Amino acid sequence: MSEIRIKTDAPEASFRDVAKDALLTAVVALVLAVPFIGLKSDSVGIALALQTRWAEMFAIVGAVVAGRVLISLFRLRRVQPRTPQPQKRAGAKELAAAWGGKHIVLIGVAGFAFAAALPFMPFSSRYTIDIGTTFLIYVMLGWGLNIVVGLAGLLDLGYVAFYAVGAYSYALLSTELGWSFWVCLPLAGLFAAMFGVILGFPVLRLRGDYLAIVTLGFGEIIRVVLTNWVEFSKGPNGISGIPRPSFFGFSFAREAESTTFHELFGIAYSSQHRIVFLYFLILALAGLTNWFTLRMRKLPTGRAWEALREDEIACRSLGINPTNVKLSAFALGAMFAGFAGSFFSTRQGFVSPESFTFMESAIILAIVVLGGMGSQMGVVLAAFALVILPEWFRDFQQYRMLLFGVAMVLIMVLKPTGVMGSREPTIRLHKKDQGSAAEAQPETAR
Amino acid sequence: MLKIEGVHTFYGQIEALKGVDLHIGKGEIVTLIGANGAGKSTLLMTVFGNPKCRKGRIVYEGQDITGVPAHEIVRLGIAQSPEGRRIFPRMTVYENLQMGALPTDGSTFEADIREVFDLFPRLEERRNQRGGTLSGGEQQMLAIGRAMMSKPRLLLLDEPSLGLAPLVVRQIFEIIKKINEKGVTVFLVEQNAFHALKLAHRGYVMVNGSITLTGTGRELLANPEIRAAYLEGGH
Ligand SMILES: Nc1ncnc2c1ncn2[C@@H]1O[C@H](COP(=O)(O)OP(=O)(O)OP(=O)(O)O)[C@@H](O)[C@H]1O
Ligand SMILES: [Mg+2]
Repeated sequence: MSEIRIKTDAPEASFRDVAKDALLTAVVALVLAVPFIGLKSDSVGIALALQTRWAEMFAIVGAVVAGRVLISLFRLRRVQPRTPQPQKRAGAKELAAAWGGKHIVLIGVAGFAFAAALPFMPFSSRYTIDIGTTFLIYVMLGWGLNIVVGLAGLLDLGYVAFYAVGAYSYALLSTELGWSFWVCLPLAGLFAAMFGVILGFPVLRLRGDYLAIVTLGFGEIIRVVLTNWVEFSKGPNGISGIPRPSFFGFSFAREAESTTFHELFGIAYSSQHRIVFLYFLILALAGLTNWFTLRMRKLPTGRAWEALREDEIACRSLGINPTNVKLSAFALGAMFAGFAGSFFSTRQGFVSPESFTFMESAIILAIVVLGGMGSQMGVVLAAFALVILPEWFRDFQQYRMLLFGVAMVLIMVLKPTGVMGSREPTIRLHKKDQGSAAEAQPETAR
Repeated sequence: MLKIEGVHTFYGQIEALKGVDLHIGKGEIVTLIGANGAGKSTLLMTVFGNPKCRKGRIVYEGQDITGVPAHEIVRLGIAQSPEGRRIFPRMTVYENLQMGALPTDGSTFEADIREVFDLFPRLEERRNQRGGTLSGGEQQMLAIGRAMMSKPRLLLLDEPSLGLAPLVVRQIFEIIKKINEKGVTVFLVEQNAFHALKLAHRGYVMVNGSITLTGTGRELLANPEIRAAYLEGGH
């Protein structure tokens, strides 16, 4: 349908435009509605009979036209008070970006609020919460990898190794030593970060393809070691019987020696409690990852990550030590994978090397790249596309990888920088008023 | 202020600098001119410790800085605007300038950025614009401004006139002069020999990794060899 042109300097003309637009809408709607709504084929016995539904058809066409007129009028009112050309240079894209820029926090908070309310929604079942939990794991992993790939620009194809380190840390510490989740969680992060540094050292001088190959190898090494070092990791059989999480010491079991969760709160036992608790746990962990990254971007280290991604030589000439910057990116990115890994362990109750194949790395990387390197919101959208959509379209399971590939190609063709490709400045300065040439006030202090 | 003594720098087997001697006095503008591939950029980078020089010494304010890594050199009060500007394209002008201030403790940030904006009012107008979308001249201004954010006493500039229209070149050179008048010593590597020699107090000519000629800017400008080799085709 043609976009209406609104001439702001001549209101009568614009009303005429609205009328014209409405007429056009009516014609198009009618043409479409006759075959789709007006005529209905019905099988009578084995023959086809045609029925008519004119009343419904006109009602719907009327509704369409009314809706269109409303939209037009609404736009008219919004545009009219402005000067003829409110934004000389800014195109629709820029405007959208500016809007997105201003409201991105709002969207983020709304998204978080929705996520927090999800378990209490009437439509949410155990299945919804389970998918939600999986989704959040990937969002968290995406955010973690975003530090390494998106911010620091270090292409890491073996990120799943750190996820594995975290998962096995918890699995082993809890089953062998009987340590609780809350003790193991920071330890898992620490171990993963250590592995991040171990990987970081040899690849300090590598960039791009070479870095990708080495990290890919590293990811495989971890998996192969876990598979073959049977005395340590129980090999391909994996580790089972990993303690499930407790509510800060109160178990979610129906009955236990100590107080259980439902006894603590005096509510009836439900197997749902643990699921919901896990959901909130990963929501909190993912939230932490996001919060941390957003803070980091404003601090010198985070800035240095981004600067390193853009230009390593420039960084050196500005007195940034690339070694420290790279290692910190690897370590912190790995740390969040470690957290996610130990969550994965406690959620599944079982880990084996099979969960940490290259495919996982590829999916996480795809989430970061599709989302638009460095964009936090982009990661969420991409994780949605890569985790939730395939879940919904389970019926097409055989075609999943095919669709995945097609989607990748399409996005790379249509939006090579990712869904949310443009980087948000960490700081925006207000336009200075005419008179006061004295100072430029940044929104945030350095 | 900076003394370079018999510096040899190699790229693998290739000797890019073959024993360079050069000194820069406090408050001077010293320029280094030479043909493409002479080794001018290599000399600047060598001062910054990357690549390292294999033989010779670099002394800054009486301190031997040979082999000191680049990120520590900035803290000694030397800043560099590398060849090809190398601003951060996805960061805004303001963020680029913030990056320049990273080596400082940040306490004088507001005043420093004010100073840069006074030198380059264009940057202030465009402070929310991404570096990559600036024009070539603006990018050069940003590169110099970013280097100034670390409050250097010695500023190394590598071909600030690269790819700029004559009018913009003149503006940039004006600003370099202003920076120098604020008390910053400037070492200027240039292809644009005419402008560079006119601006500089002294100049060096580099050929194939060695210094072949030196003198005041005026002397070099008048030198027939220089005129033939670098100023041919007028200006
Ligand atoms: N990274 C490198 N690896 C190998 N050789 C190099 C490298 N950088 C420069 N060179 C070589 O060293 C020599 C000097 O290069 P340099 O960049 O210093 O020249 P220049 O005087 O700055 O030239 P221009 O005016 O074109 O910038 C050249 O022969 C160049 O090919
Ligand atoms: Mg050069």
